[in-house]
Amino acid sequence: MRDFRYWFAENRGTLLAILVFVVMFAIYTGNHSAGFSANVITTASNKGVLLALVAMAQTMVVLTAGIDLSVGMIFVLANCLASTIAVGTAFETTLGIIGVLATGIACGALNGVIVIYGRLQPIVTTLATGAVFFGISLWLRSVPGGDTNADLADALTGQLPGGIPTSLVVLLGIVLLVWVPFRRSMLGRAAYAVGSSEPAAYMSGVPIERARLLAYVLSGFLASCGGLMLTFITYSGEASAAIGGTYTLNSIAAVVLGGVSLFGGSGSAIGAIFGAFALRTIGDLLFVFDMEPFWQPLFQGVILLAAVTLGSLRLLRIKNRLDLFG
Amino acid sequence: MGAAIIGFFNRMDRAVLAAFACIIALLLVGSLYSSSFLSPEYLLQQLQVASFLGLIATGMMLVVLLGQIDLSVPWVLTVGGMMSTAAAGWDAPWNLLAIPFGIFCGMALGFANGIGVAYLRVPSMIFTLGMNAVAQGLMVLRTGGFAPQDHATEAMRVLATGRLVLNIPNALFVWGIVGAVTIFVLTRTTFGRAVYAIGNRERAAYLSGLATQRTVLLAFTASGGLAASAGVLLAGYSTKAYQAMGDPYLLPAVAAVVLGGTNILGGRGSYLGTIAGVILITLLQSILSVMQINEAGRQLIYGAVIILMLLIYGRQRKQI
Repeated sequence: MRDFRYWFAENRGTLLAILVFVVMFAIYTGNHSAGFSANVITTASNKGVLLALVAMAQTMVVLTAGIDLSVGMIFVLANCLASTIAVGTAFETTLGIIGVLATGIACGALNGVIVIYGRLQPIVTTLATGAVFFGISLWLRSVPGGDTNADLADALTGQLPGGIPTSLVVLLGIVLLVWVPFRRSMLGRAAYAVGSSEPAAYMSGVPIERARLLAYVLSGFLASCGGLMLTFITYSGEASAAIGGTYTLNSIAAVVLGGVSLFGGSGSAIGAIFGAFALRTIGDLLFVFDMEPFWQPLFQGVILLAAVTLGSLRLLRIKNRLDLFG
Repeated sequence: MGAAIIGFFNRMDRAVLAAFACIIALLLVGSLYSSSFLSPEYLLQQLQVASFLGLIATGMMLVVLLGQIDLSVPWVLTVGGMMSTAAAGWDAPWNLLAIPFGIFCGMALGFANGIGVAYLRVPSMIFTLGMNAVAQGLMVLRTGGFAPQDHATEAMRVLATGRLVLNIPNALFVWGIVGAVTIFVLTRTTFGRAVYAIGNRERAAYLSGLATQRTVLLAFTASGGLAASAGVLLAGYSTKAYQAMGDPYLLPAVAAVVLGGTNILGGRGSYLGTIAGVILITLLQSILSVMQINEAGRQLIYGAVIILMLLIYGRQRKQI
C-alpha cells in the first residue's frame, strides 16, 4: 500500500496526462462523423506520433534541467535529409535511414558538447544551433519536394491486421528500445539526479557530464526519428521555419502537460507522449465541432496557458510566502 | 590621462569590450569586401535598422536581468504593428492614437505575461511561449476571412524612415531616448536596483523588503510595450503591417542581449553591452546579405558565429 502511494505520487503527472487524453479522445471520436473507426484512429495516431517523438526528445533534455529549442529544427533537418537520401532500393533506403538517424545523433551531440564542455546556457545555445540546423535544411531543400520509399512509408503509416496503426507500434518500439533502457540504466538515473540538483549529484559521484551528454544525444536521435516519420507521412521534405517553430513550441507544451517539470528531475517520457497526444486531440476537436479554422491558433494558445496555469493551484497551499521564490 | 583610460577599461565589462572589438573586426572584414562599409551613410543606415532591434533588445534585457526570458516577442511585435495600423483606419481625430494604441496593446500582453510569471509563478519560458501563441491566435482571427486595414500612418512612416535633424534617422533618436531612459532607470532608480537584485536572488530581494512581484510585472509590461513599439516602427518602415513580421526578431534579440555580456541567468549586465550586441548583430546580418550569401548559408553562418562569439567570451564560470 505504501509502495503504491509512492508510485502514485511519482507518476501523478503522467496519469493526469493519460486521463486528459482519454477524455479528449473520447469526445473527439464521439463527435467525429466516422466515429471510432480504424481510419480515424490511424490518422490521429500518425499525427500524434510525430509530436510524441519530438516531445520525448524534449523530455530527455528537460529532465536534466535544460531546454532544447532546436528539437523542431532537428526534426525539420531529418525530414529534409530523409527526403533526399532515404529513397531507392531497400538497401539504399536502409543506408539512408541510418544516415538520417546518425545526423540526428550528431546534432544532439553538438548541442550537448557546446552546453556541457563549452559551458554555454542551453537556451541560447539551442536557439543558435537551431538556426544552423535550419540553414542546413534550407541548403538541402531550397524548395519543398523530394521523395521517399513508398512501400516502407505505406507500411509504417498504415494499419496492421486488426486495424492497429503501425505508427503506434513504431512509437511503442522506440519507447521499449530507447526510453525504458535509458530510465533503468545508471546514466538514466544520473540524468534525473542532475536535473534535481547538480551539486548534490556531483557530490554523490554521479557522472554528470556523461549523463547530460547522453540526454542531448538521445534528444537528437528521437527528434530525427520524428523527422523520418514526417517524411513517410508526407512523402516529401520541406525546410519550413514555421514547422520547426511549431514543433518546438508544442514539444515544450506537451512536456508540461505530460507532468514533466521544467526545472528538471521529475516526470517521464511516457507522460510527455500522452501530453503530445492530448495536445493534438485538442487541435482536432475544433474540426469535429465545425469551428472556423482560424480559431485554432488562439484556442491552442489559450488551452496551453490554462494548462500551465493549473499548476499554480499549488500556490494556494503555500504556508510560507518565501516558498514562492523557490 | 593614461591611468584614467586604463581605469575606464577596467571598469568596463570584458564582454562589452569584446563585443565592441567584434564590431570593429566586422567593419574591417566588411571594408575588405567593399569600401562603402566605412562610409558614414552606410553606418547611419545600419544604425537606423539597428534601432528596431535595439528597442526589442532593451525590453528583452530588462527581463533577462530578472533571470527570466520573453519568448512572446515575435507576435507581440506583430500585434504592435497590426493594431497601430488598425487604429490608423479609425475616423479623423482618433487615428492620431495609432502609435499609442499599438504600444498599449503590446503592454497589455506584456502585463499578462507579468501576471503569469510574477503572481502565478509559471516559468517564463513556457508562459511567454503560450502568450506568443495567444497573440498569434488573436491576429490570425483578426485577419481571417477579410483583409483589414494595414497601412501605416504618415507619422509612423516619418518616425521610422524620416531624417528631420542633421540627417540622423529619426528611428535612431527613438532608440537613443529609450536607451537613455533605460540607463537612467537601471542605474539610478530603486526599480533598476531591484531588477538586478531579483536577478541575483529573488528570495533575498524579497526579504530585503523589495516588492519583487510588482517589479517583475513592470519589467514584463515594459518588454511588451517595447516589442510593440518596434512593431509600430517596423510597420512605418515597410509602410504596412503583416502577419509574422516579428518572427525574425526573437533570436537576434536574445543573441544581442547575451553577446552584450548580460548573464542569461540574470543579475548581471550593462546597457552599454546591449547596445554593442545590437550593433554587432545588425552588422553581421548586413554583411551576410551584402555578400549575397543565400538564405541557407546566412542562417548557418549566423548561428555558428553567435555560438563562436559566446564560446570566446560568454562562458559560464565552472560551477562545481
